Amino acid sequence: MSETSNIRELKNVLEVALLTSHQPLSLDDMLRLFAERMERATLRMLLDELRQDWTERTMELVQVASGYRFQAREEYSIYLTRLNPEKQAKYSRAVMETLAIIAYRQPVTRGDIEEIRGVTVNPNVMRQLQERDWVDVVGQREVPGRPSLYATTKHFLDDFNLRSLAELPPMDAFVQGEI
Amino acid sequence: MIDTPLNAKIKGEEFTTLPKDLYIPPDALEVYLDAFEGPLDLLLYLIRKHNLDILDIPMADLTRQYMVYVEKMRAIKLELAGDYLLMSAMLIEIKSRMLLPKPTEVLEEDDPRAELVRRLMEYEAIKLVAQRLDEMPKVGDGIHVASVYFQHISLVKPPEVSLDDLAEAWRNVLKRASHFQHHKVGRAELSVREHMSMILRRLKSDRMLEFTQLFDVVNDGIPKLVVCFLAILELAREGLLRITQQQAFSPIYVQINGDE
Repeated sequence: MSETSNIRELKNVLEVALLTSHQPLSLDDMLRLFAERMERATLRMLLDELRQDWTERTMELVQVASGYRFQAREEYSIYLTRLNPEKQAKYSRAVMETLAIIAYRQPVTRGDIEEIRGVTVNPNVMRQLQERDWVDVVGQREVPGRPSLYATTKHFLDDFNLRSLAELPPMDAFVQGEI
Repeated sequence: MIDTPLNAKIKGEEFTTLPKDLYIPPDALEVYLDAFEGPLDLLLYLIRKHNLDILDIPMADLTRQYMVYVEKMRAIKLELAGDYLLMSAMLIEIKSRMLLPKPTEVLEEDDPRAELVRRLMEYEAIKLVAQRLDEMPKVGDGIHVASVYFQHISLVKPPEVSLDDLAEAWRNVLKRASHFQHHKVGRAELSVREHMSMILRRLKSDRMLEFTQLFDVVNDGIPKLVVCFLAILELAREGLLRITQQQAFSPIYVQINGDE
């Protein structure tokens, strides 16, 4: 197939790449599709058109932290969930609270988490979050013992359908100013 | 619950319905123990349950209530109580600092409860966003990402074998065969097709063979070796064989195409 500059064809290339990719595609990934002979601005414009093209369809093109992906529109979620009736195991409150602290207060140490929750951090909780690739160690705080600093990953943002931490649900404004 | 109309008087007031916020006797607490995520969670529960003002906490009341629960907890689950006991000590300390007269030189002392209030409010905020995060749709739980099946063709291609490499290998076979030459007279009917089947059959059982292993230089005469070589070429031409070589001069391997 000869390389094309036809807009319809270029959008098709993007579409097929996004549909067959198992993870979100970044702008750089997509430029590689065209052997980098495309301006970023052009690419953005094409993606925008592609998103428009799909507005009446069952899938939508969304942007998350690590790039663009197609996903089923929300209204079909209840049907699709019935295909795999085994409910995703719920995380315990301890896991979700620890995740929330890391997401909103990052980077934090185990000690910071214990200070906020008032209980010792169960190593199992941190393991679950790291195994899910929602949380990882980004460094050490330069205090005695050099405790690990935890932060949320891009994968966490992807899984929660977010482009950046700024899109997290807001915290109670009342408390926010004090920290 | 007894299903009769209530007729009770408490402090002179008449009650005809059960109050919504029933006091939970500590004996019934065992069920609740695991529901609390720690002392802060328990304190928040007590504050909300008794409608206490978080900015003006009656320390004596709260401490008393808290201690009842913690004592109960201690009786049942000792290992749980460590964090809770630390909090008891803190509550009592705050209470006692509130009772002490302020030294005259200190004009404006911070409310001893301030730090506790700050921690309670921060914990409550985290508790709320944790719930919100939990309720958000996530990939694998409410979000369905498109994933069209596509057979990704392996980018690691087996090394190519040049015709020269093959010819060189063939010459080696001939050279070695010449060492075992016999003079035979007779008519041999040699079929390339037949050899093709033989080679395929051998490769089916051995999966992968070195090029030279396909030739029986000790027993076969030159004509048979030639036929064998032709059979290999023919099989390769028909795409039934895969011939690979890691690098120049290394052994050439033959396997059935598509047999990974």
